[in-house]
Amino acid sequence: MEPTHESPDRDCSGELRERVLAAARARTPLAIRGGGSKAFYGREAVGEPLEMAVHRGIVAFEPTELYLTARAGTPLAEIEAALAAAGQMLGCESPAFGPAATLGGTVACGFSGPRRPYVGALRDFVLGMRLLNGAGELLHFGGQVMKNVAGYDVSRLQTGALGTLGVLLEISLKTLPRPAAERTLVQDVPLAALAIEQMNRWAGQPLPLSASAWDGGRLYLRLSGATAAVAAACDKLGGECLDAASAAAYWMSLREQTHAFFAGAAPLWRLSVAPSTPPLDLPGPMLIEWGGGQRWWRGGGEAARLHALAAAAGGHATLFRGGDRREVFQPLAPALAALHARIKASFDPHALFNPGRLYAGL
Amino acid sequence: MMDEATQALHARITQGMPERLILAEMEDLRPYECDGLAVYRQLPRLVVLPETIEQVQHVLRSCCALGVPVVARGAGTGLSGGALPHADGVVLSLAKFNRVLAIDPLARTARVQPGVRNLAISQAAAAYGLYYAPDPSSQIACTIGGNVAENAGGVHCLKYGLTVHNIRALEVVTIDGERLRLGGEALDAAGYDLLALLTGSEGLLGVVVEVTVKLLPKPQLAQVVMASFDHVDVAGAAVARIIAAGITPGGLEMMDNGCIRAAEDYLHAGYPVEAAAILLCELDGTAEEVAEDLARVETLLREAGATALQVSRSEEERLRFWAGRKAAFPAVGRISPDYYCMDGTIPRRELPRVLNGIAALGEKYRLRVVNVFHAGDGNLHPLILFDGNAAGELERAEHLGAEILELCVAVGGAITGEHGVGFEKINQMCVQFAALELEQFHALKHAFDPQGLLNPGKAIPTLARCAEYGAMRVSRGELPFPELERF
Ligand SMILES: Cc1cc2nc3c(=O)[nH]c(=O)nc-3n(C[C@H](O)[C@H](O)[C@H](O)COP(=O)(O)OP(=O)(O)OC[C@H]3O[C@@H](n4cnc5c(N)ncnc54)[C@H](O)[C@@H]3O)c2cc1C
Repeated sequence: MEPTHESPDRDCSGELRERVLAAARARTPLAIRGGGSKAFYGREAVGEPLEMAVHRGIVAFEPTELYLTARAGTPLAEIEAALAAAGQMLGCESPAFGPAATLGGTVACGFSGPRRPYVGALRDFVLGMRLLNGAGELLHFGGQVMKNVAGYDVSRLQTGALGTLGVLLEISLKTLPRPAAERTLVQDVPLAALAIEQMNRWAGQPLPLSASAWDGGRLYLRLSGATAAVAAACDKLGGECLDAASAAAYWMSLREQTHAFFAGAAPLWRLSVAPSTPPLDLPGPMLIEWGGGQRWWRGGGEAARLHALAAAAGGHATLFRGGDRREVFQPLAPALAALHARIKASFDPHALFNPGRLYAGL
Repeated sequence: MMDEATQALHARITQGMPERLILAEMEDLRPYECDGLAVYRQLPRLVVLPETIEQVQHVLRSCCALGVPVVARGAGTGLSGGALPHADGVVLSLAKFNRVLAIDPLARTARVQPGVRNLAISQAAAAYGLYYAPDPSSQIACTIGGNVAENAGGVHCLKYGLTVHNIRALEVVTIDGERLRLGGEALDAAGYDLLALLTGSEGLLGVVVEVTVKLLPKPQLAQVVMASFDHVDVAGAAVARIIAAGITPGGLEMMDNGCIRAAEDYLHAGYPVEAAAILLCELDGTAEEVAEDLARVETLLREAGATALQVSRSEEERLRFWAGRKAAFPAVGRISPDYYCMDGTIPRRELPRVLNGIAALGEKYRLRVVNVFHAGDGNLHPLILFDGNAAGELERAEHLGAEILELCVAVGGAITGEHGVGFEKINQMCVQFAALELEQFHALKHAFDPQGLLNPGKAIPTLARCAEYGAMRVSRGELPFPELERF
């Protein structure tokens, strides 16, 4: 596979390590930056920028072994192109939020896309990684094999930690074959309550579901798998079948938040709740994904209420974009917050990496 | 007769739980002296069998205050000595936590206590057409708490994932008696992914007192193809071929001739005893999906050199094909006084090379090795046959096992895919990881358990231990030990 390069592949782990060692000596906080495509996410980071985009390149890709290893600064688009050329994909369908998105930034944010409830989250596909801890030590956890329970699962712990536990240098991911067939059905379901119930009921049946969304009174269902199985499931579920291009564009618009629901400046909240939770008591439109598990809402100024609402529904609320960036993530219970602080200190004793990006004091 | 320290410990624990739940007599302690790896045995000071989470908290607080080691225990089916007691410690059995607390059929989750047996979850969920996917061969006995602690896998993990992919939330008690809720009913949780970190942590970070698992709809149909091969290499290459074709079987297992014969003698499942190896490839899903995949797999297997193919035509036949595989361990137990089960993982493409390597090592140590394993995800289970009563055989088996694991590491694999490091593979951790990573593990452990009281001496070796192991290896002159210079 020959990816097209805008800039050359380069292993900068030595230089990056020097930067971390210097920062550790001077106690200078570092703001780790990939492509900057997700700078909107999390609390405001302080620190000197540590640019990761130069540290790029696919190091290994073995389609028959179902894994890919790439440096953290590799553009996500380059990885997706390489996988597509081999008839494969990232099972979690992670959003990029811009052409500059890098693998490292994606893993640090831990984002997953429409396939999440049916195929798995990004962390489920992380097999191993190389990273620098706050002492500038180059560490390697996990590997490229599918099963590995030697030592603590540091790679998954790092996924979604927003760079607060280390500088991710190189990541190995499990890849998946692309499904032979894919079809999207649309049904008119005016009431959210009914849509949520149906999404959950169908997920409890052996159907090849790969995405679902309720959006403006319409229920979208994507089916993926063997050709005959997808056809049979379409017959069973019924509804209008979208043409392939419109279907791909629709799911891409949800994944990348280019859908009209996400336009405008109003704060965007993500409520991650038990999928079967009835419609949440919030005014205005709501976009529901992940079989009911991920709900998007536009509105501001009510952090405490949203946190309480999400907690009561078995989950948590995040101020995903916009609004007051001082309070972004669901507050942790005191004992859990204290444990987070100790875990942070075990990787990054001088609090160099992205201080405050996830929670104040982390 | 209890010694003074044990008496003090006993007195302290009885303050918070009834005496009948504390075992101190030798004959009562005896059943807890080992897990499924019975070559290592040790009596603890006490065994406690709490019935409530408050009692678990009390036991942990007491041990924390007195500086006493605690080893959590589920069913004791572990194969790496993970639940091996500590001579100065307490065994904390979760056996009494055996209730399924709630099943939510719409949300497809079950909330269970940690001592619930793996299979009991699927049995409880069956009424709703749902099941819990990870299915270790020990599933009639092993507990979900033990599965979480080991990140257990099973025959169907190739398609449905390991324990870590199939749980939503944990309730954990830390060594200082604090109760934590990790994960949730949603698909993700705020903060660090401690749910993933705790999974596979072998009882070193906290005691699991409740688990919320994800349930899946039962596939409409499953069919299994049994393919015979006249060479293990050819069977190994066939595995890579199926995966490369973009097919994800529900299970893809391999047995070599030694294992086929043992299973056939034991169960008469109709296995081809002349074959050098068989592959069992299960395809599941909707009827249409299975038919489509089955046709492709049959073609692939033929092209790959299979000498015979049999496809299960009924559910009864499917279960019969699997029966020999599922009973492989007891079957091997009948042909040898003792056996030692290894658990390395390798990239699939290395299967032929490693299987040949294992055979050569068996010759070197003059011990027979038979193979039965999760071929689809490269997870080997070489079974080393030995006689513990014959002088020197156990040691030869241990050395052979160590070399097999080091071979797995050398080809880019890992020393354990699902059984855990426990006490058994603690030395091989020094081969798998460098000193810096081990130090990071210790720092992480310290964040949870600063006194190091939870399951000490397991899973993560001290650097001193690695130095000692390294020195020993070098003096025997068998393997270089490049890590030595770091200490
Ligand atoms: C015949 C046979 C076949 C097997 N097949 C498989 C297989 O296919 N796949 C597989 O993965 N394993 C297999 N195993 C290994 C074993 O069954 C698994 O490791 C299982 O997960 C252990 O569960 P247990 O309840 O017996 O745990 P135990 O053996 O009691 O304990 C295992 C470890 O977990 C810790 N632990 C137990 N409960 C808790 C808790 N509540 N909180 C914190 N820590 C805890 C213990 O301290 C110990 O370190 C097999 C074993 C046998 C004997």
